[in-house]
Amino acid sequence: MAGSVIRTTCPYCGVGCGLRVAADGTVSGDQDHPANAGRLCSKGAALGETLATDGRLLYPLIGGRSASWDDALDRIAAQFSQTIRQHGPDAVALYVSGQFLTEDYYVANKLMKGFIGSANIDTNSRLCMASSVAGHVRAFGEDIVPGCYADIEAADLVVLVGSNTAWCHPVFYQRLAAARQARNTKVVVVDPRRTPTCEVADIHLAIRPGTDVAVFTGLLVHLAENGVCDEAWTRYFASDFAAAAEAARLSTPSLGDAAAICGVAAADLARFYALFAATVHTVTVYSQGVNQSSAGTDKVNAIINCHLATGRLGKPGTGPFSLTGQPNAMGGREVGGLANQLAAHMSFTPADIARVRRFWRAPRVAAKGGLKAVDLFEAALGGKVKALWILNTNPAASMPRAGRVRAALGACPFVAVSDCWATDTTRFADVVLPAAAWGEKDGTVTNSERCISRQRAFRAAPGAARPDWWALSEVARRMGFAAAFSYQSPAQIFREHAALSAFENEGHGRRIFDIGALAALSDEEYDALAPVHWPLPRGTAAVWSNAKRLFAEGRGFATADGRAHFVPTPYRPPAAATDARRPFLLNTGRVRDQWHTMTCTGRVLRLMAHQREPALDIHPADAVRNGLDDGDLAWIESEHGATVLPVRLSGDVREGELFAAMHWTDQFTSAGPIDALVGAAADPVSGQPELKATPVRVAALAARWNGVLLRGSDQVLHGPYYWGRVPLERGHAFTLTGWEPLPRDRGSELWIAALLDAPAAAELVIYADPARGTFRYASLVGRRLDACLFIAATKAALPSRDALAALLGKRIEPQARTLVLAGAAGAAAPQADGQTICACFGVGLKALHRAIADRRLTSVAEIGAQLRAGTNCGSCIPELRAILSRAQSESAATA
Amino acid sequence: MSSGGRARLVVVGNGMAGMRTVEELLARAPDRFDIVVIGAEPHPNYNRILLSAVLAGDKTLGEIVVNPRSWYEERAIRLVAGTAAAAIDRRARRVTLADGSAVAYDKLLLATGSKPLAPAIPGVGFANVRAFRDIADVEALIAAAHGDARAVVIGGGLLGLEAAWGLKRRGLSVALVHLMPTLMERQLDAAAGVLLLHSLDDRGIEFFVNSQAEEIVGTSCAEAVVLADGRRLPADLVVLAIGIRPNVELARTAALDVNRGILVGDDMATSDPDIYAVGECIEHNGTVFGLVAPIWDQARVCGARLAGDEAEVYVPPPVFTSLKITGIDVFSAGTLAAADGADEEITLHDASGGLYKKLILRNDRVVGSVLFGSIADGPWYVQLMRDRTDVSSFRDRIVFGRPLAEQACADAEPGDATPVVASAAGAAVVGLRWQAA
Repeated sequence: MAGSVIRTTCPYCGVGCGLRVAADGTVSGDQDHPANAGRLCSKGAALGETLATDGRLLYPLIGGRSASWDDALDRIAAQFSQTIRQHGPDAVALYVSGQFLTEDYYVANKLMKGFIGSANIDTNSRLCMASSVAGHVRAFGEDIVPGCYADIEAADLVVLVGSNTAWCHPVFYQRLAAARQARNTKVVVVDPRRTPTCEVADIHLAIRPGTDVAVFTGLLVHLAENGVCDEAWTRYFASDFAAAAEAARLSTPSLGDAAAICGVAAADLARFYALFAATVHTVTVYSQGVNQSSAGTDKVNAIINCHLATGRLGKPGTGPFSLTGQPNAMGGREVGGLANQLAAHMSFTPADIARVRRFWRAPRVAAKGGLKAVDLFEAALGGKVKALWILNTNPAASMPRAGRVRAALGACPFVAVSDCWATDTTRFADVVLPAAAWGEKDGTVTNSERCISRQRAFRAAPGAARPDWWALSEVARRMGFAAAFSYQSPAQIFREHAALSAFENEGHGRRIFDIGALAALSDEEYDALAPVHWPLPRGTAAVWSNAKRLFAEGRGFATADGRAHFVPTPYRPPAAATDARRPFLLNTGRVRDQWHTMTCTGRVLRLMAHQREPALDIHPADAVRNGLDDGDLAWIESEHGATVLPVRLSGDVREGELFAAMHWTDQFTSAGPIDALVGAAADPVSGQPELKATPVRVAALAARWNGVLLRGSDQVLHGPYYWGRVPLERGHAFTLTGWEPLPRDRGSELWIAALLDAPAAAELVIYADPARGTFRYASLVGRRLDACLFIAATKAALPSRDALAALLGKRIEPQARTLVLAGAAGAAAPQADGQTICACFGVGLKALHRAIADRRLTSVAEIGAQLRAGTNCGSCIPELRAILSRAQSESAATA
Repeated sequence: MSSGGRARLVVVGNGMAGMRTVEELLARAPDRFDIVVIGAEPHPNYNRILLSAVLAGDKTLGEIVVNPRSWYEERAIRLVAGTAAAAIDRRARRVTLADGSAVAYDKLLLATGSKPLAPAIPGVGFANVRAFRDIADVEALIAAAHGDARAVVIGGGLLGLEAAWGLKRRGLSVALVHLMPTLMERQLDAAAGVLLLHSLDDRGIEFFVNSQAEEIVGTSCAEAVVLADGRRLPADLVVLAIGIRPNVELARTAALDVNRGILVGDDMATSDPDIYAVGECIEHNGTVFGLVAPIWDQARVCGARLAGDEAEVYVPPPVFTSLKITGIDVFSAGTLAAADGADEEITLHDASGGLYKKLILRNDRVVGSVLFGSIADGPWYVQLMRDRTDVSSFRDRIVFGRPLAEQACADAEPGDATPVVASAAGAAVVGLRWQAA
């Protein structure tokens, strides 16, 4: 295969871009893939840099010690079997992931719901997509995204709700930006924050968090009162319009009411309503801002209601469009990987249960829905779930009330974890299984537009790592289900999955999810499978003439009456409200170059350079009121937890609101996962927890000292100080800020020794000026700089981390040993370039400022021509544009 | 007044302090006095500091003579060498010598130096137990220093270490007994003392610190030194170097004001305005002296006063010292450690690399430094001390040495540095004076 190119699919967001991986590991966009047509974002472009296998889990671990696969699998099977014998099938559970391939998902779901006989399998998609799934089922009778990506290119208005696509779905955003350039598409962004996506917005509605429903009930009222509704359509093809319209009128009788609830100017809202009303070709895209809410399902339906009312779906350039967060959230839903689904878009009705039993020849199909994520971990904490297997996800960091989840993992008598790397969650595992990673395993994923793509292996898994479907099948076999889990390949699993989708799927009430045409693929055909949209039933394409868009004729809804359903969505505020004690509302979200809990992207230097450390965004006026300045430490406390984060002053958040990215974990910062503070109030329909509206209080913590530490190992002890870690080419850099005085005397020595993590053979060079609070340490091992620590009263008195990084691991000549501590040895190192904006070409903020000023650059194109920034993946273009416009307004101000 | 009409100056003590004072005097007023120098040792003035070099074999006795006999003759100075002064008759203005002769004076300069302290233990009287103070001591030590001899040095100060190293250089096995936990505790702090011990230990000197010599035992001569803990160190030769005390007997019997040393004022005069004193025998403002640098200043002031210049007053300069052991760079100046909360220490410590630098600051001004392993910046620190330079603008770099510190200051505020010519330790050096912030 040398020299050949492997086509595969990106493992990050739900856009699901096609990739070409060259023999040398170089990753480029696949021109032929319908999702991206060759484009890539910064994360995808850096995939080649995640392939390093250092730090990978290579062998199974039992009780922290290396073990054979046989022993580890026997152990899991025995624990599960014994627990089921003693406490019944509902005492065991699987918690899986949207990072799973469809084949992994299928086997996990079949084992749990078909053979163990419990529906206690849930997935991190619960945190991501559950509200969209529930909203789709309520409106369409089945979890269906009616449109496709091409619709945003055919639309005249694109409404983005709770969706920072510029950073979270960059290729989708680039398609939108290109369409806007080409045809002047209007863009409306509904988001409490002024995100980078707002670069292309004609209107930005910075609504109060959690008030999205009121935006769309207000819109429905506006559409109804202004005769914009397609009455014929709603009459023939939909039910319950009157009830939905009435509920909307009760919530938001007037524009003014809606504006008051949402906290936006009525005029802005009116402009949006008028634009929506006037634009037939409208697509409404929504993501986590909609889903991660205690009213998430109502938000979805409030949006869908407006599209149903105007008949705007299924036709080019129209429709509600749920943009998924994970690469295979859709695939997981196809197999039924959520606790409230059965399998293949079937639910827990007697007919479906019987059908699945027939297909699987399963002894005891689960008869009812299982525990959803939040409840699942509560059950573990409460002792109801006694054996838990977590695969490919990091709930100890990503779940709301993460501290409580950790307590649950600690309390659960048996925990197995499958992952590629040690995570916050593997720490709690009795058995750890090494999972094959992206590039090492074969299977399929389905993206946000129902397009099934192959993920293909292009290299061997390191050590003893194996794919998850194999581990699941092996445990099933050991539990006595060998006949039903004798899988030899992902192709075999996929064919069974496709066959189940088509099984007894005809006539009235047929399931739209039908990929029967793929049930007879040969191994070779499966290997060669090109991206394909479902539905794809066996035989002709008669039923679905155009799989890319559904419901175009107003028909085909999977509801009992065959009609689309309006759903009344009375506005409800978020579950928890701010008060005098907790006056701020904490929002969480993502940054451009990180993915989930950073287990992959946190290893890539250039991706870490965009934002090196976590930050708590706070409005400058709030900062002043609370005695905070940029970079200061803030104590932030909710009902569920507390942490300390450096603040970043930002006019992009509303007053009274805070924002923190959800990526950083204990592996990267003392602050730990922000989700430890977030409440778990769940949507009553979808069970999806509210992650973006937690009341908190904030207090300034005066910094007593600042430090920068560079060393080989990656973990630092906790203490009364904040730390953040950035990986270096060799080793790691930490920044430290303490809010209590430094320890003294012997305590200081022990603390310093622990920080430096110096081996016994290390030679220490120490500088101390205690009166100024300045301390510097270099630890040399074999004449090489093994670690160094600089402590000073102010950040300004610290040397540049980049200059020090150039010295770490390098040989230090005897006469230069003390000069390392002078902070001058790095004077020859390249000048630090500030925050990296263009991750592809490593172009920093300072370089951009210099070039814009010196060369009088006025456009993104000119920047690209001069510095190459923005010319590869384009993910940084919104930031480039913002930097340009700031520079231009500053130079105008000084002119 | 003498018959020739010139005043008579009698100098008791033919050592470095006395002769430097005479030189200072002659440079200002070559014809003012008839001068008589009385020296107990039968030698012309030599550089006592270099006795360690003689012991180590690096120099001969001839090479350390400062003022040969011809020097006295050329200046018509009468040198009485080998006969000690016995008494002063202040009323008669006359000094009586040990041989009963007498010398009359108009002005008298006492430069009687110091005496080695001897521990109050049995056995110090054996012939092979020597101090390390004068040429006679060095000659005796050299005579006893045959290749397989074993020496025990008692005292780990400057002199003891230099004696130990000199004997080691001559091939002896050398053990050193020191009462304190670290060496040279008068000039070095503990950290530098530990580095020094390690460095000398590497060179084959065996150390017994925290140890008290309790007895020197032997039959006809010393055979061993017994420590308080009972350990017995065999010895063919014992060197006593536990310290010195000002030699004040002559002054005391003459009823001059004496405390630890002969009390002098800023004009270097004793309680008798016709009698001056300089060097290790004096006490000025509570301080006695064992290092050469302040003594040069005393000589200058005293010489000027004797020459009739009333303006010169003695202001103690920062004291600095260094150890004269080849390859071991030790330097200290001023305060050794922070005395109180207002003193601040900056340290740079590379124990494995054998480097230690400490500066003591008060109000952002250097008041002391201890250097081990790299002493190139010693003179600069002394200059900063003398000039009372505000170092706040380059404080974060000062301990790393002058080039980096000056770069720091230039980086911070270009143009702030003004080259000036300053005087340090008697030599003109071009340096930079930092403007007070």
